[in-house]
Amino acid sequence: MARAACEFEVVPLGWAHRHLLDIERLTSDEIRLLLDTAGRFKQATDGCRKKIAVLSGCTIVNLFFENSTRTRTSFALAARRLGADVIDFSTSTSSLSKGESFIDTAKNLEAMGIDAVVVRHGTPGTPHLLAQRLNVGVINAGDGPHEHPTQGLLDIFSIRERLGDLKGVTVGLVGDIAHSRTARSNLWGLLKLGANVILCGPPTLVSQRWRELGVEVSHDLDAIVPRCDVLNLLRIQFERQNTRPFPSVREYAHLYAMNGDRLKRAKKDLLILAPGPINRGVEVTADVADCPQSLILDQVTNGLAVRMGVLWLTCGPRESNGPDSIATLGGAGRSI
Amino acid sequence: MSTLLIQGGRIIDPSQAIDRIDDLLVRDGIILAIGQSSHEKVDETIDATGLIVTPGLIDMHVHLREPGREEDETIETGTRAALAGGFTSVACIPNTEPPIDTQAAVEFIHQKAVRADTCNVFVVGCVSRNREGKELAEIGQLVEAGAVAFSDDGAPIYDAELMRRAFEYCRMFDKPIFAHEEVLELSRGGVMHEGLVSLVLGLTGMPAAAEEVMIGRDIALAEVTGGRLHVMHVSTARGVELIRAAKARGTRVTAEACPHHFTLTDESLRGFDSNAKMSPPLRTAVDVEAIISGLVDGAIDCIATDHAPHAPEKKMLEIDRAPFGILGLETALGLSITRLVATGRIGWPRLVEAMSLLPAQILGVTRGTLRTGAIADITLINPDLSWRVDVDKFCSKSVNSPFQGWVLKGRAVFTIVAGRVKYRLG
Repeated sequence: MARAACEFEVVPLGWAHRHLLDIERLTSDEIRLLLDTAGRFKQATDGCRKKIAVLSGCTIVNLFFENSTRTRTSFALAARRLGADVIDFSTSTSSLSKGESFIDTAKNLEAMGIDAVVVRHGTPGTPHLLAQRLNVGVINAGDGPHEHPTQGLLDIFSIRERLGDLKGVTVGLVGDIAHSRTARSNLWGLLKLGANVILCGPPTLVSQRWRELGVEVSHDLDAIVPRCDVLNLLRIQFERQNTRPFPSVREYAHLYAMNGDRLKRAKKDLLILAPGPINRGVEVTADVADCPQSLILDQVTNGLAVRMGVLWLTCGPRESNGPDSIATLGGAGRSI
Repeated sequence: MSTLLIQGGRIIDPSQAIDRIDDLLVRDGIILAIGQSSHEKVDETIDATGLIVTPGLIDMHVHLREPGREEDETIETGTRAALAGGFTSVACIPNTEPPIDTQAAVEFIHQKAVRADTCNVFVVGCVSRNREGKELAEIGQLVEAGAVAFSDDGAPIYDAELMRRAFEYCRMFDKPIFAHEEVLELSRGGVMHEGLVSLVLGLTGMPAAAEEVMIGRDIALAEVTGGRLHVMHVSTARGVELIRAAKARGTRVTAEACPHHFTLTDESLRGFDSNAKMSPPLRTAVDVEAIISGLVDGAIDCIATDHAPHAPEKKMLEIDRAPFGILGLETALGLSITRLVATGRIGWPRLVEAMSLLPAQILGVTRGTLRTGAIADITLINPDLSWRVDVDKFCSKSVNSPFQGWVLKGRAVFTIVAGRVKYRLG
């Protein structure tokens, strides 16, 4: 383990950020570095099962303004695998119910001497505003329908693990694109790595405007299934919708659920992803969710690897002459 | 008797088609003459060499917030901001708490304005009682108290039948209805313009159609009733087109545009800055160009600010919880000169028309002119002065401006109300 820790002594110079706010503003090299780092952590921890104490002494706060079980657990576990201390802070136990603003809440936590906050919030841009106002690292764990960078990265990590280079790979993102932060993070990451992206769903959930970014838009799942190498099946986010964007769940499932019948018409080695929580029978049927090409459980394990990579790159020690040196990192710059 | 001589400035008065370098003489708060009046004994002289001398600017769309939200702005701080921006008159919008829907409420504003002793405050009254959009306010009583126009701004008048009645009823007093045009179902939960940027940011959009559909309805109702429609803060290209076409048909419609709508686009939301959040929202470059074209050809009559102060703690909230609106009074002139005049899109006389003469005509107030005998509301502008916007130096009580740090060209250096210098750039 001592030898393993050696390779994580300092954050590589190719990574200059103390925050991870979105994928839109990362370069393809930064994305590759992140994915490679995650891969190294996965290897060094025996598939994310063992500890590698490269962030011991760091304190990470899970600041969740919106419900979450798997993302929060995954971040907490990833931080503990790295030897960091983790504190959970959620709205139900906070002073937000007493009318405190989210910035004041975060500033209070900052004053307690933490190194980074992992923030989830129902409003787009909230992590960005915190990053402007706090002097600690900010990691976006989902900001409304905007982005969910670690989810996008772990999806791409899972695809890359199976297919290698993403150049020319065709990935269909199916479902509630309008309200999906996972879709946006995937879209940016996939585009930057050279994949072909198809967004698929009813026009009320998939705007034609997406074409302006160089992606394909389709409203016909049957038409695109045979061309896809990967399908990422996104949940319908009923909680974010003003008015129902389709007549019934039955009709939606009829048009857009990935089922065994559609799977038969797909490429034999089609990979199936779903960020979860999955609604069996809505966006995916049980036979597909549990089929051999399903990466749904790989995604969960890889989520740990990606989050270890992200936490270490944003909180880990830097070369003192690096572009974003230890001196600017507050309490985060410590040696191991 | 006191006499003020404003010497050697470029006098621009569209009401008399004057644009020449000359002297302007004021006696006892009244314009005495333009031109040499060497025989007069002068008490005070302002050297206006290199300055532009215009009838006092009028902002017909200002939220002074008092009564009810004095933490954002008061009549005194808001009118001081107006003076600093070169405005000698403002029309205040009645979405206060309580709303301005009674004679007593109008009287309160007038009294507060007199006490502030700053610029003129003209009161816009509510169209509907308690601004609820259900039944007409006592419009006749409000007119008697001095209301110059009627509006439920902040919200559209939703009931089309009520809007029709309001047009019909206001005709009898020849008062315009200032309309906030928005179909609320289409913009529900919206934070910004619906377009590629909102799509990428995951923020709920307010489509241009939400504004355009309502402009279309109100033009139709104005045509049916012969009422006077004034479209507030036009922000979309199709909105401008609808108004232009209605004017060509002879409909009694006027319109205003805000400096932010001819300066910024929805790209300003990329940083999730709530100071770029207003309603109607910042639109696209195509819309910006259409608004400028509308100001050029007169489809849009006026420039107004929609000055909407909000205390910092409110704007510090998450972007979907922060209120709509930005400051306008202290940046409007600089933005208009920088964006419209310095770029050659409009000339100075048109700018003065859009910021003084036409607002006066729409409000039906005897201002906006330097004719002999008129009340001496005068603005002196240094057209070449470059200055940096600094919200901490604003007279307004709030600081919610997206233009912080911008360098603008042109600024009011003297603001004169009824012959008295009320603001002098120090």
